[in-house]
Amino acid sequence: MQFDVRLFALYRERAGASVVTVDLPDGASAGDLTAAVRADYPRLAPPEVRIVVAVNAEYADDDQLLQPGDEVCLIPPVSGGCR
Amino acid sequence: MIILTDEPLDPVVVTDSVRGDGNGAVVTFLGTTRDNFGGKEVTRLEYEAYDVMAIKKLHEVRDTLRADYGIEDIAIAHRTGRVDVGHISLVVAVASPHRVQAFEACHEAVNRIKTIVPIWKKEWFADGSRWVACEDHEFADEAEHHHAHAERHAVVAGD
Repeated sequence: MQFDVRLFALYRERAGASVVTVDLPDGASAGDLTAAVRADYPRLAPPEVRIVVAVNAEYADDDQLLQPGDEVCLIPPVSGGCR
Repeated sequence: MIILTDEPLDPVVVTDSVRGDGNGAVVTFLGTTRDNFGGKEVTRLEYEAYDVMAIKKLHEVRDTLRADYGIEDIAIAHRTGRVDVGHISLVVAVASPHRVQAFEACHEAVNRIKTIVPIWKKEWFADGSRWVACEDHEFADEAEHHHAHAERHAVVAGD
């Protein structure tokens, strides 16, 4: 399965791209997707930080399975200001 | 009314959209660009959104607040793009029969927006910029660099 992964904000700047393409085996999960992107872009986030994935415009757990054609995005920490 | 736009926000329009004869209270929150952060001058903010999901999540915030507070009349407008100092980036308007629910629901709306809506804020300074809330994404070598930078600033400030 091939996915065009959209990147926003911090991730977009660090990757130097709004979209990066990854190839994953059938049955791959959201966690597999972030691992694949991190392998290509090791400076996206420190290893100890979890990268959040949105699948079809909804937050996904790392074990959520991906389907061909899913819209996948990496979501940096969200905040409009101090809590 | 749910708005996501790169145009200036009009708080009167957003507020009027929730007014009604059955409501005795209207609370409107404005988020505006502050001119400083951590002792540094902020020159402007820049907002970036994952549009489709942001609109979906703004609706979700409104719908869950309606259920949690029993309030129908809630409107949210959020900017994208460049927002200069003093300008408005967020408008939340809540109307209810009595004031307590309107104040509480408005406060909670802002909290939920800042937690779940995929909109990112970048602060611009005279000498650089930073994505807000991404401190946990600093690499160790970057953190050392920033510390050294901060210490140099502290020395200058102490002179």
